[in-house]
Amino acid sequence: MSSDWFRLILGLLIALGFSQLNALFLVWLERKVAGHIQLRPGPMEVGPHGLLQTIADGVKLVGKELILPFKADRKLFFLAPVLVFTPVLVGFLVLPFGQNMIIRDMNLGVLLIFGFSTITVLAILAGGWASNNKYALLGAVRSVAQNIAYEIPLLLSVMSVVLMVNSLSFSEIVNSQKTVWFIFLQPLAGLIYLISATAETNRAPFDIPEAESELVAGFHTEYSGMGFGLFFLAEYTNMFIVCAVATSLFFGGWQGLFGINLGIPGVFWFLFKTYALIFIIMWVRWTFPRVRFDQLMNFAWKVMIPLSLVNLVITAIVLKFV
Amino acid sequence: MAEQDITQETSRVYSLNLGPQHPSTHGVLRILLDLDGEYIVKADPVIGYGHRGHEKMGENRPYKQFLPNSSRMDYLSGMIFNHGFVLAVEKLVGIEVPERAKYIRVIASELNRISSHLLWFGTYVMDLGGFTPFLYAFDDREQILDILDSVSGSRLTYSYCRFGGVCRDVDSRFIDMTRAFLKRMETRWADYDNLVTKNIIFIHRTRDVGIIDRELCRQYGVTGPNLRACGVSFDVRRSEPYEVYDRLDFEVPTGSKGDALDRYDVRFKEMQQSCRIIDQALDQLPGGAFVAEKVPQKLKPPKGDVYTAFESARGLSAYYMVSDGSPGPYRCHIRVPSFGNLNALNDVLPGTMVADAISILGSIDVVIPEIDR
Repeated sequence: MSSDWFRLILGLLIALGFSQLNALFLVWLERKVAGHIQLRPGPMEVGPHGLLQTIADGVKLVGKELILPFKADRKLFFLAPVLVFTPVLVGFLVLPFGQNMIIRDMNLGVLLIFGFSTITVLAILAGGWASNNKYALLGAVRSVAQNIAYEIPLLLSVMSVVLMVNSLSFSEIVNSQKTVWFIFLQPLAGLIYLISATAETNRAPFDIPEAESELVAGFHTEYSGMGFGLFFLAEYTNMFIVCAVATSLFFGGWQGLFGINLGIPGVFWFLFKTYALIFIIMWVRWTFPRVRFDQLMNFAWKVMIPLSLVNLVITAIVLKFV
Repeated sequence: MAEQDITQETSRVYSLNLGPQHPSTHGVLRILLDLDGEYIVKADPVIGYGHRGHEKMGENRPYKQFLPNSSRMDYLSGMIFNHGFVLAVEKLVGIEVPERAKYIRVIASELNRISSHLLWFGTYVMDLGGFTPFLYAFDDREQILDILDSVSGSRLTYSYCRFGGVCRDVDSRFIDMTRAFLKRMETRWADYDNLVTKNIIFIHRTRDVGIIDRELCRQYGVTGPNLRACGVSFDVRRSEPYEVYDRLDFEVPTGSKGDALDRYDVRFKEMQQSCRIIDQALDQLPGGAFVAEKVPQKLKPPKGDVYTAFESARGLSAYYMVSDGSPGPYRCHIRVPSFGNLNALNDVLPGTMVADAISILGSIDVVIPEIDR
């Protein structure tokens, strides 16, 4: 019992450290990727190739004053940035980084991670509402509608994989991809998952909750200092989690391709694949313009959900009769 | 309105202050929007934040001293407004301009038109959420600014045209730089096509959005690419050719529906046509003087008035000046295209969403200091 608790607490601490480090790295990576896509070098001044730029930015953010807008809801306003970060942290509990590198191998891991990720929407709504700003409120309302719409195809596509493995545990899902990754067996589900995950994390071209040309900064318009910083960190940590889940569900987790792992430890395979997916999401962001709100909803309800339902039904029929 | 506590709002419709400090209102435009959810019920552009009294300034100084002002109204096509102003004064005083100067002015004006359209292209796609084309366009625009800087010494407010010619002759370096720019742009158009024009999200964001039809154009006096987008082939360079435009072969691109996509297409093709004009003008560029020899230091125009229309990057622009025989104009009026173009928003915006309002405002391409002047 006590060793279980020890493992949990140690794991959470490592997750906390890793998520911060990861977010710092991802912010730097995004700026570098954006820079090179736009034919400029990106941050270069602080540290070698600007590696320490995000730390400098973080220090600056911590030093900034926290401004409470006029007539804002004080409790909710300061609770929202904290709330947005907790579910992200819980996600790390069940992520399989390697064969035995999983903090708690639950048989409900997949359910837990998606259950908790829904809290993010609540935090965004709270932040947007408490700001007493019309832009923030519009952003929050958009965010709720978008997340509810995209959660459905996301879960349906995950269901297809779960049906194939007959388990909700991450390690079992990864183990059953020893020879063939699920992306080859379930290409449609994989694609739907990636699109929905982009929308879930409010990334372009689905970044309408914070569309800066329309809503200034959307739900976090009024946040300054570390309040803004936490929303920012949560966005990047969230991105890591959805990509890590995609790696585990569709790209074989810590396994190599077709059972060949070249003697590289599983954790490196896992991180390599996750960061490759993150790179693709960044690439998309710096290439596409933003979709409009009603087009986004139409796409979810008229294309994504029917497609994922059909995919699920076909998967079920094939599994039953083959 | 903005201070109203939204938690106390009881009616369905609420008002939102878009600007004057907002990332997409380009300068100091403010639009009062009445919203029902995300849908716009009423839109009311509020202008005048950038009023500097340019017309009044024109009336209390000699013609020569007003020249720098002319590029500070529409700061994105400063060269074209310089050009228009000297055309008006030359017509009023009766100054004969050497051939070479006419060609140089046309080349400079068309370069300026491309730079203005490139900036519009970048900011428009950025309004739609695509950040990368913005920097690509600015990279190209930088080449033009360097070219114009090399002859006028200035990147934005040129004051390059003078009564009777231009202030400095172009040299072989200018011609080489311009040729290199034209060559560079040949491949860039395909890049922009692949990156933006053929992008499915971009097409969905612009097609059938913000339709300004002929009737609306007539009512509000909409001109320029916005008018040509609905199929009216009206371009001052073609209908009342000034300088050497009648000797150059170029098309006036038109659209059909008058939606944001048509406006985008028209401007995009206009940049290519401007490249054609520059190419021909460079081929035909004659030798000789670049400024008329006998231009008096103190202009003493006869009594009378003059109206000179020219095509700026945004549409039909004109100077109307009344002379009472003194060294400065009695009345100096400037017709700017953005005023009419912007006010069409009153009719176009209601019924669209906030995201569309940004798209429409961007597609109309207004320069606010030009309206406020």
